[in-house]
Amino acid sequence: MAEFIEIKNLHFSYGKEESKQQDDVLCGVDLTVRKGEYVAILGRNGSGKSTLAKLLNLVIDDLENASGEILVDGVNILSDDMTEDMAFELRKKVGMVFQNPDNQLVATVVEEDVAFGPENLGLDPKEIRRRVDEALDTVGMSEFAKREPHRLSGGQKQRVAIAGVIAMMPDCIIFDESTAMLDPVGRKDIVATMEKLNREHGITVLTITHYMEEAVRADRVVVLNHGKIAIEGTPEQVFSDAGALRAAGLELPQCAQLIEELIKSGMSIKECGITPEDCARIILLAGGATCQ
Amino acid sequence: MKNIALGQYYPARSPLHRMDPRIKLIIAVLYIVAAFLCKNLLGFALLAASVVLLVILSRVPLKTVLGSLKMVVFILVLTVAINIFLTKEEGAEPLWSFWIFEVYTKGLYSALFIALRILSMIIGTCMLLTYTTTPIALTDALERLLSPLRHLKLPVHEFSMMMSIALRFIPTIMEEAEKIMAAQKARGAGFTEGNLIKRIKSLIPILIPLFASVFRRAFELATAMTCRCYRGGDGRTRMTTMRMHAMDIIVLIVSVAALAGIVSCNYWNIGYTL
Ligand SMILES: Nc1ncnc2c1ncn2[C@@H]1O[C@H](COP(=O)(O)OP(=O)(O)OP(=O)(O)O)[C@@H](O)[C@H]1O
Ligand SMILES: [Mg+2]
Repeated sequence: MAEFIEIKNLHFSYGKEESKQQDDVLCGVDLTVRKGEYVAILGRNGSGKSTLAKLLNLVIDDLENASGEILVDGVNILSDDMTEDMAFELRKKVGMVFQNPDNQLVATVVEEDVAFGPENLGLDPKEIRRRVDEALDTVGMSEFAKREPHRLSGGQKQRVAIAGVIAMMPDCIIFDESTAMLDPVGRKDIVATMEKLNREHGITVLTITHYMEEAVRADRVVVLNHGKIAIEGTPEQVFSDAGALRAAGLELPQCAQLIEELIKSGMSIKECGITPEDCARIILLAGGATCQ
Repeated sequence: MKNIALGQYYPARSPLHRMDPRIKLIIAVLYIVAAFLCKNLLGFALLAASVVLLVILSRVPLKTVLGSLKMVVFILVLTVAINIFLTKEEGAEPLWSFWIFEVYTKGLYSALFIALRILSMIIGTCMLLTYTTTPIALTDALERLLSPLRHLKLPVHEFSMMMSIALRFIPTIMEEAEKIMAAQKARGAGFTEGNLIKRIKSLIPILIPLFASVFRRAFELATAMTCRCYRGGDGRTRMTTMRMHAMDIIVLIVSVAALAGIVSCNYWNIGYTL
């Protein structure tokens, strides 16, 4: 698979160059994301996740403080000859969904809001209509097309926000804690939508989250700590190293914690399980063995 | 609070609701001009008839229509009183006099006409605009009508974007204000006691957090809009195209003709003039 995003030795800090006191928010990030990949980014509060996401869309203050390279689809978006038009092209390719759905919706009618992005692209009204209907269908919100956003639930609003990004047909969507304000059902819905976009529509997904259970479902997990990549690998690899995770200020997923406790209390388990299904199978196997 | 209604839009299916909002806007302007230009009985008869016609066409219940007049009753009574008591007619017998007040026939007529003018202007524009057109359709129509002015560097698109974002966020911010109020009440703040100054002061603990939150929202929204490729009105298309139907054109022509009629009545003094 081809590389879609390539970040090389990225440094970034907020504030003016002279009056800068604090450490760099990002210090030497190297990260490659292939086309069609599903990557989860983890990290404690303030580790620089949102900063990284905003840099990928060039929507950040003090952009001149960034050094290193970010190649998106082969274009270095940090280079000096990056124009407004090129930034526009970039945002067409990489969409963003944020945490608070209320602050992302612009229009007073759901379908008008979904149309906002395509309208900005200057598409033909018929094409916009087609994309809006399709996007609302993808997130399962077709029946709410004529509703007012402020009368929807949080999860529904977030799905509308996602539809607004899908309608622009980006190659990649970045979710910055898009499930943080939702209840478990709403969260499940959104995660299912992300997976669907990734598996069925081939969209590259980068999801920033504090929920380990969400990260477990990704192809690859990247853990940021103090502006550096601390751990990187498949969920199995990342969640098998509890020590490293704790050093980065994170916890194991609940299933892995359970297995860990079981091992501590003397159960003979050799594998590590990170999904509830794995976990159940492992316990059944081990339990079956000890019972007999 | 979630059910807060903005403006006075009355949802219904009527010929007026179906009309192109741009045409409604133009007709409303023509209507106000006509109401001002009216000078004689024929003109006022036409004006009154058109108000009745608009109310019937809009299918808005009479009670709702009259309800909207509550706000202007005071102004109406005041102007009528001024016209009745303070109009002087040279060389005519007063109908009735008391102290410095004298009532003449002319005063009665001008009071009647001014009342008709105000009433028809308010009911007419309400029927055409606020009752039968959603605020968002109105802003949209205004943007499309005024869009030629952008060549004069007037921020037409920006203005309408501002309006529609305001309309989108008013319910959200109202909800937030309620939450903050509840939070401050829980800390022992009272908003209903004391004199006016005290009450205004007690609003400060609500307004400051509210402003802080509104600014935070504004920044987040701006970022989200940029991410969705927003860069102003240039090169932007719209999903919904406003369509003018034959009916809209006919109504427009009739209205222009009516206005021309009123102007020519004035000019040639047709109809009973005072
Ligand atoms: N606009 C800003 N100006 C100055 N400093 C900022 C700004 N935004 C973030 N920071 C700082 O940069 C650091 C990284 O912030 P960032 O928002 O990227 O963290 P994060 O990993 O997204 O955290 P969280 O999990 O809380 O969302 C923090 O120390 C924060 O204080
Ligand atoms: Mg963040």
